[in-house]
Amino acid sequence: MHESWQQFWAMGGYAPYVWGSYAIAAIVIVGNIVTPVLVHRHIARRIKNEEYDD
Amino acid sequence: MLWLHRFGSLPYFYRVSRPIAIALAVPGVLLAAYGVYGGLVNAPVDYQQGDAFRILYIHVPSAWLSLFGYTSMAIAGVVALVWRLKLAEIFLVAAAPVGASFTFLALVTGAIWGKPMWGTWWVWDARLTSELILLFLYLGVIALHNAIESPRTAARACALLSVVGVINVPIIHYSVEWWNTLHQGPTVTRFGRPAMEMDMLWPLLCAALGFTLMFGWLTLWNMRAQLLWRERRSRWAKKVFSDA
Repeated sequence: MHESWQQFWAMGGYAPYVWGSYAIAAIVIVGNIVTPVLVHRHIARRIKNEEYDD
Repeated sequence: MLWLHRFGSLPYFYRVSRPIAIALAVPGVLLAAYGVYGGLVNAPVDYQQGDAFRILYIHVPSAWLSLFGYTSMAIAGVVALVWRLKLAEIFLVAAAPVGASFTFLALVTGAIWGKPMWGTWWVWDARLTSELILLFLYLGVIALHNAIESPRTAARACALLSVVGVINVPIIHYSVEWWNTLHQGPTVTRFGRPAMEMDMLWPLLCAALGFTLMFGWLTLWNMRAQLLWRERRSRWAKKVFSDA
């Protein structure tokens, strides 16, 4: 439990370690969400334009 | 069994996988967010590690997923090799990048945690080394899949590597008991009295369950893209996108 917001962000002096870990986690998770959506959209568009039919 | 047969049909799977993925995503994200919030905000400060222990809430769920993901790939690998089920092939190929990224996350958050607690980013102890080997196994599956042109041959090679490599999973799990490691021993799966206060343990369990549901969601998302690529010349795939 933290006494104030300031203390929360400071993480008892471990702020770079704690927030760094969570930032990397956020990047990894967002990457996992976005990549398949982009790949799927790309393939779907090419199917629609009949680009695989040669 | 008729139900199973229907589920094995690729157009049917393509259709139902989207609502299933969303049904996994919503509780998964909520549980993970609740767990992380509980760990960052509500859990009391650790008497030995101060606030640095809060890295736990991302490190342990990631490490759990790295083992869960590889084990699920090995099971799918057996199904793919024995029954030649296409969906099992697609699953194990689709799960590999998700598992690899969470293995990477477990290693990186472990290093970031190790620096202030152990005074070093990395040691070659049994837990860290075996987890690094797991990352290489995942990358091996991905590389193998990319290297072989025919998707079915590629998937069979990946299935074989998944099944053989799964021996590493119990080694990782028991490494902290079999060898003298700098990495701490098990906290959650210990028998008897839990080694953690409930205010600390409860958010961790929520985060781990949330991450597991998210793994299912993200893997299904990858499966849909992989499935569409394999079936790009099929009549049903063309029909799906010409009507839309």
